[in-house]
Amino acid sequence: MRNRQATQLLFELSRSGRRAGRLPECDVPRQSLEELLPVSHLAGNPPALPELAEPDVVRHYTNLSQQNMSVDTHFYPLGSCTMKYNSKRNERLAGLPGLVNLHPYQPASSVQGLLQLLFELQQMLAEISGLPAVSLQPAAGAHGELTALMVAAAYFREREEKRTKVLTPDSAHGTNPASAAMAGFDAVTVKSTSDGFVDLEDFDAKMDQKVAVFMITNPNTLGLFDRQVGDIADRVHRQGGLIYLDGANMNAILGIARPGDFGADMMHFNPHKTFSGPHGGGGPGAGPICVGPELGPYLPVPTVGYQDGSYFLEMHRPQSIGRVRSFFGNVGVLVRAYAYLLTHGGDGLRRVAENAVLNANYLLSRVRHFLPVPHGDRCMHEFVATASALKQTKGVTAMDLAKRLLDFGFHAPTVYFPLTVPESMMIEPTETESKETLDAFAETLFRITDESPELLHDAPHQTPVSRPDEVKAARHPITRYESE
Amino acid sequence: MPYVLNTSDDQRTMLAAIGAESIEELFSTVPEEMRLQRPLQLPLAMGELELSQYMSTLANKNRHPGDMICFLGAGSYDHFVPAVVDAIASRGEFYTSYTPYQPEVSQGNLQAMFEYQTLICELTGMDVSNASLYDGGSAVAEAVLMCVSSTRRFGRVVTVDSVHPEYRQNLETYLENIEIELVTVASQQGRVSVADIASAVNDSTACVVIQHPNFFGSLEDVAEVAAMVHAAGALLVVSFDPISLGLIKRPGDLGADVVVAEGQSLGTPMQYGGPYLGIMACREQFVRRMPGRIAGQTVDRMGRRCWVLTLQTREQHIRREKATSNICTNQGLFALRASIYLAALGPQGLAEVAELCAQKSHYAVEQITSNERFELAWSSPFFKEFVIRDRHNRVADLLEYAYQSEIFAGIPLSNWYDAYDDCFLVTVTEQRTKAEIDQLAACLSGATHTDMAVHA
Repeated sequence: MRNRQATQLLFELSRSGRRAGRLPECDVPRQSLEELLPVSHLAGNPPALPELAEPDVVRHYTNLSQQNMSVDTHFYPLGSCTMKYNSKRNERLAGLPGLVNLHPYQPASSVQGLLQLLFELQQMLAEISGLPAVSLQPAAGAHGELTALMVAAAYFREREEKRTKVLTPDSAHGTNPASAAMAGFDAVTVKSTSDGFVDLEDFDAKMDQKVAVFMITNPNTLGLFDRQVGDIADRVHRQGGLIYLDGANMNAILGIARPGDFGADMMHFNPHKTFSGPHGGGGPGAGPICVGPELGPYLPVPTVGYQDGSYFLEMHRPQSIGRVRSFFGNVGVLVRAYAYLLTHGGDGLRRVAENAVLNANYLLSRVRHFLPVPHGDRCMHEFVATASALKQTKGVTAMDLAKRLLDFGFHAPTVYFPLTVPESMMIEPTETESKETLDAFAETLFRITDESPELLHDAPHQTPVSRPDEVKAARHPITRYESE
Repeated sequence: MPYVLNTSDDQRTMLAAIGAESIEELFSTVPEEMRLQRPLQLPLAMGELELSQYMSTLANKNRHPGDMICFLGAGSYDHFVPAVVDAIASRGEFYTSYTPYQPEVSQGNLQAMFEYQTLICELTGMDVSNASLYDGGSAVAEAVLMCVSSTRRFGRVVTVDSVHPEYRQNLETYLENIEIELVTVASQQGRVSVADIASAVNDSTACVVIQHPNFFGSLEDVAEVAAMVHAAGALLVVSFDPISLGLIKRPGDLGADVVVAEGQSLGTPMQYGGPYLGIMACREQFVRRMPGRIAGQTVDRMGRRCWVLTLQTREQHIRREKATSNICTNQGLFALRASIYLAALGPQGLAEVAELCAQKSHYAVEQITSNERFELAWSSPFFKEFVIRDRHNRVADLLEYAYQSEIFAGIPLSNWYDAYDDCFLVTVTEQRTKAEIDQLAACLSGATHTDMAVHA
């Protein structure tokens, strides 16, 4: 089925003189280029882009698309990424001309409908999080973390407190410590206990008045709700620190519990996960943050305000940290989140969480009979299985299993994360999968665990390529095409 | 609940398999005192028809460049997007996939990233491109952090007020907590003064950031700045307009070390500011300091050419707090759109778009300034944007008057520059016709007689 001719590189498909479209004739009196601009600025020739006709372009990319797994085509249980169904109505609505064509510097009076939407979204996120002050500006989850840490830094600077450390559990996403470093803090790792929760002893040893923020993911990356979170929040607050909640796993607790009610001072949402914004092959996302009232004044500018019957961008907020990007934010992603929230309502969101947790527990109940799940036989929205025993007995790794799943038309779970579990496979089915799909996945995984190590080491066998040499790629990086 | 598949029967069967009495029991690890004891107070759920009607109502409250005449720019541009871009980018296999962690089932995205990187290198004259960042503003900040870590000069960063004000605000926010001084030099006559930059650069300066064409639309003398910056041992970051490179010299050929751009003009709709595309490319020697994803070519176990995410030891999921950046994703879908756009245009098409912008913007200046109320603020060469000074100093009234005539005539510089409160920025893309430009000029001229009346 693969069309190898069409999936050559664009540059290999290029033929001099081909083109996909024509621009209109210049309808104003044409001047020579030398009259328009000093010769010293003129390039002479345009960049050497490939030359293609429209059918070339369409066939090329259509064939490329068919080499991807995607939520539309496959079960995609990539733990921590919440690969749920991306509804078509959201795409259409976000594409309404009155939304998709807006210029960011139009006067506020000309974008009242959009500002109303964004204002209502701020309110909805405040309600879901239990944290009243909201910034829609950050462009991704990691960007939200960074923004919130900058907010914390500004908060402590104003209080003239010199706090230099940010604590993150060893099971945290890598973005947490990386964001801490970018915000100028020293990232300090707190251990987990053998049952997967924050090790309070280690936490107490590291928690002092130099700690600005404790970043916690709850439910954590093992898919467990850490009941200690309230106690941890008390301990952090007693020392004057703040709690940041990484909202990557909010899908498990929508309408069940609110971070603001269990001790968080700041959090981000991942609308591309929790509120079904499509992941776009690696972006765009968005990373709106919600914070407590005392931190609100430090949020980036602008936020959306409402006064005397009209909506406006609040630009003049003197304690604000400033901007973390240009323009308003990832509005297109936020519009989809808004459509998602209105589709579900409050009760609907709770049922999303319930079914996400039901699906994960059901899959867990099937998988744990042949693949150990070290942290218990119940979970929230995801769970982490381990191939450690298989590795010892047969030399089969989590990666082998992941690769073999691809042959059967399943995207692999997240492997080798969290770092606290050896040979880990982090499985998140989401609520938008059926029992039949979960059964088929579990049966396939079971069958694979029984296959010969030789077969598994060479898997996948049915995909266009198999086991690319990543070491070679990194040792002698080729990051662009060069003609021979 | 349109997207949940479990029936009541399914739920019962599944609970039995789990060994749980109820769904409620599955949440027993969430302590009672942490639970929300009431339903979320959100609007009631809407079906697709209701939702479509409601959101259409909201959308219809907005005026937009599709039903107005748009001369707005300043980093977000009303360029034409060929249908082929939407057709391909709306394929579910692209937009509902994720970061290519499993290369065997992501070759489509990985090859598209590799092609994007190559296109950006060709476009800019640089050696290496990443697979994109969030937007043009945060790309400037990331470029500066990269220069700081490459040069190990932690003292100062120098920029000019002719760089987009929001990019500079963004940079200021990023530098605030890491105690690097940001020095902003004033432009002269809407352009960089090389001498002024030279006097701001010291031996602890990591880099200088300029924009070309700059925020006011004017072309800078990049090569001259580059020579001065390099003589001082610092690096040069250039923020550029991708469309301009159909006409003017590439920043890589003028001495830039790192180039960044807002890539929105390459096939992405304006959508009120995002999501957009942060372009970043650099010279070979900085590649291991680069933030963001990078696709690399390799072979698989059968020796077949293929692509993977590479140089991942720079990244947060491996290096954690020692990573080059906290960035986890790229803007894959918009990098894809940019690639399709460039592939559809080709070199000739890009040159024609650029030339149309230049021709039409110069024509617009002639028409607007034929009324003596208006003059070009500066005489420097410009590409598709320019600053008009209103000798009557009534910019807000003027733009409001034009708006009433269904024209977005420009952006007041007073939004960012107190000194230029009599100026506004006008942008002319290839989409504007002669008739529309004439209408703009006539409207602005008409305002000289009637603007008092409108706001009486």
